[in-house]
Amino acid sequence: MLNKITKQQVHHVAKLANIPIDDSEAEKLATGFRETLETITDLQSVDVSGVEPTHQVTGMENILREDKVDDSRTFTQEQALANAKQTHQGFFVVPRLIKK
Amino acid sequence: MLNTLTLKQALDKLDKKEVTLSEINSDINKAIKEKNEELNVYLTLNDIAVTNTEEKSSLAGLPIAVKDNYCTRDLRTTASSTVLDNFVPQYDSTVIKNLRKAGGHIIGKTNLDAWAHGSSTETSQYGRTLNPRNTGHLPGGSSGGSAAAVAADLCIASLGTETAGSIRQPSSWCGVVGLKPTYGRCSRYGVIAMASSTDSPGPITKTVEDAAIMLNHIAGHDQYDGTTTTKEVPDFTSFLDQDLKGMKIGVVYTNIEGLEEIKDTFLEQIKVFEKLGATVEIVEAMDPHHAIGVYTIIQRGEVSSNLGRFDGIRYGNDRSFFGHEAKNRIMLGTYTLSKGYADQYYNTAQKVRTLFIKDYKKLFKEYDVLISPTSPGFAKKIGVSESSAMFGELEDMLLEPSSIAGLPGISVPCYRDQETNLYLGLNIVAPMFREDLVIKAGDAFEKNTKWNSWRNK
Repeated sequence: MLNKITKQQVHHVAKLANIPIDDSEAEKLATGFRETLETITDLQSVDVSGVEPTHQVTGMENILREDKVDDSRTFTQEQALANAKQTHQGFFVVPRLIKK
Repeated sequence: MLNTLTLKQALDKLDKKEVTLSEINSDINKAIKEKNEELNVYLTLNDIAVTNTEEKSSLAGLPIAVKDNYCTRDLRTTASSTVLDNFVPQYDSTVIKNLRKAGGHIIGKTNLDAWAHGSSTETSQYGRTLNPRNTGHLPGGSSGGSAAAVAADLCIASLGTETAGSIRQPSSWCGVVGLKPTYGRCSRYGVIAMASSTDSPGPITKTVEDAAIMLNHIAGHDQYDGTTTTKEVPDFTSFLDQDLKGMKIGVVYTNIEGLEEIKDTFLEQIKVFEKLGATVEIVEAMDPHHAIGVYTIIQRGEVSSNLGRFDGIRYGNDRSFFGHEAKNRIMLGTYTLSKGYADQYYNTAQKVRTLFIKDYKKLFKEYDVLISPTSPGFAKKIGVSESSAMFGELEDMLLEPSSIAGLPGISVPCYRDQETNLYLGLNIVAPMFREDLVIKAGDAFEKNTKWNSWRNK
């Protein structure tokens, strides 16, 4: 089942991940996927019945800090926009999502 | 040549006024001019000159190389990807803030595998770095630029990051010292995230002593990284020059397939621990092959989420600029986390991760530290990573178990091949927050063998 990754599936995942790819790249990625999935199928042989998953290793829980503005790390508008490719009157310009 | 000084030597000489900072800087800059173009170590050099040389500080303004995935204020930060080609951070990551506070001067930003995805620097979109010990070979990665900067004496010390091997494996291949601290010992705030549940900033240096000095200055709790520990940061240099009598050392992974080339050499070299009074026993540990699957699934999943933020709107270029390896990992993570597959892949991986942690707990009841080779072999030839989508994971197999368990580890040189001038590394792993033990064992090994090229010139 694992080795059946098709080019179509790769195109679907690319769409989900918002990664533009062309057909020849999809082919190459499908090959890489197959190789990777083959290596990790080895995990299916491990008995994990009754084992709890570990999502983080520190054992710490509910780490909170006071909800207070820290001026020392607040950007000015100029700093916040410094790396944006396109700005308009002090705003970021984003791609249109709703059709005209 | 003052660029060949270790951090400790440089600090001592400055303290005794035997040399000046500008003399050291001048030799470092000369070495960079001579070698950087060929080796491709630095992607960006910091041309802001060091000032305040009169003022006393712990790191005395000495030149430190920094992996290009740490955000550095007003200094270009790319993660070796053209997505961030023109990205100039408006703030310092916490580790960099700590480094600056201690008086470290960032001399430049070093090459890495793009987004730290890889173990060779060959996935960098700015070209590969060459191994200074033998330029026909790779430096390893992902912190290959930082390890090469140290090996070629293009800095006094450096910073890398490790998710599963990225500090220790290049340190092994370049014949330098790499210390991966416990997960949560050093803040991840402002480090371009790869796999958030294992990312660990740490030093790459000329000696174990230097690594201890660097760790003293970068470690500590940070309110902006909720996973950092509130435990006190000890003076890590106090664990140097210690007696190993009574230390119990377990040797793991020597019998697994793929280690034939180096096994005998490795076992020969670790005999020194017995001479120093430690007990050394070969012991069975959970098969590290399983860690490849665990790490691959967790890492790809976390990558797909973390790299979702690069949309080209607030900073950087759009997503068409991702290189092949990043696309591969983002998409594989998207796939394994998608509906219908998450249980089969992600949840299974997190359960096997628990089994590794349990296995370590059992082993650490018997042994103080566990040792193994850092990498299954010497540095590979240039170009070799391009043949396999799983290249890095196989190279890092011996390091992945301790990484997914969050444990501290150090790689110290343990052999040099005379013909090729390439090195092997010894990996020492200890329980959570026991960096003291890896420093103690690593320092003793380094000082009682001939493999450190700065101690034995």
